[in-house]
Amino acid sequence: MADKKKKNLPPDAQEYQTFHDKREVKRPILKNCIKAFLVGGFICFIGQLITTFYIYFFNFTEQTAGSPTVATLIFITMLLTGFGVYDRIGQFAGAGTAVPVTGFGNAVISSAIEYRTEGFILGVGSNMLKLAGPVIVYGVFSAFVIALIKTILIQWGGL
Amino acid sequence: MIFFWAFVIGGIICVIGQIMFDVFKLNPGQTLTILVIAGAVLDGLGLYEPLIDFAGAGVTVPITSFGNQLVHGAMQEAEKHGLIGVVTGMFEVTSAGISAAIIFGVIGAILFKPKG
Repeated sequence: MADKKKKNLPPDAQEYQTFHDKREVKRPILKNCIKAFLVGGFICFIGQLITTFYIYFFNFTEQTAGSPTVATLIFITMLLTGFGVYDRIGQFAGAGTAVPVTGFGNAVISSAIEYRTEGFILGVGSNMLKLAGPVIVYGVFSAFVIALIKTILIQWGGL
Repeated sequence: MIFFWAFVIGGIICVIGQIMFDVFKLNPGQTLTILVIAGAVLDGLGLYEPLIDFAGAGVTVPITSFGNQLVHGAMQEAEKHGLIGVVTGMFEVTSAGISAAIIFGVIGAILFKPKG
């Protein structure tokens, strides 16, 4: 907890914060990183199997095979999420399942399933992208800024 | 060999995400957003394509590839139409990830019931 935040609290709360900081369980960072490495690597390995399949049988190239691979992985994620397996793997692997595109898929699909009880338009439709929204919003915006700068540099900067 | 590098590079990107979780105490939303922006920046610098040649799915599967594809689509269209292309081409290459997530999200909501 930052000191600045502490100053605004009443004395009791400050004391509690110090107590809380002392007692907070330290996260096993190294162990978590190894788990994330193994599971994340494994997902990418499966992705590579799918990529190779698309390159050999559907005439994709190394550069373009990414898209069908991602779609296939999200399909698999749907099944795993629906049967409740993905959350269990996620608890074990942390970022190992969150960082690959399957984590993005899981965020969308799990909110879609969760809000089904509120109806398909207002429930599923409007809540589906709640967790995935920031990724799309800032992905698009940063890509816009970068592409804008690059285009200007190429057209007028003679790059 | 590419299978080995896909595993290693993909694993390393996940470890970077895990470090952002544990060391910098970011939530998953912030972590993924930063990784997407990192992917976009890498492609802006022209570094992402060589990475794909080197590690294949190791860099196309992590969420960073989303940023890469957005910039890629925008640049492709910008070459044809100049600055307007930056806006219109944005989703040209990316569509697979988002459309797959939405399509399978709806199918999932039809097929599966929420668990208590």
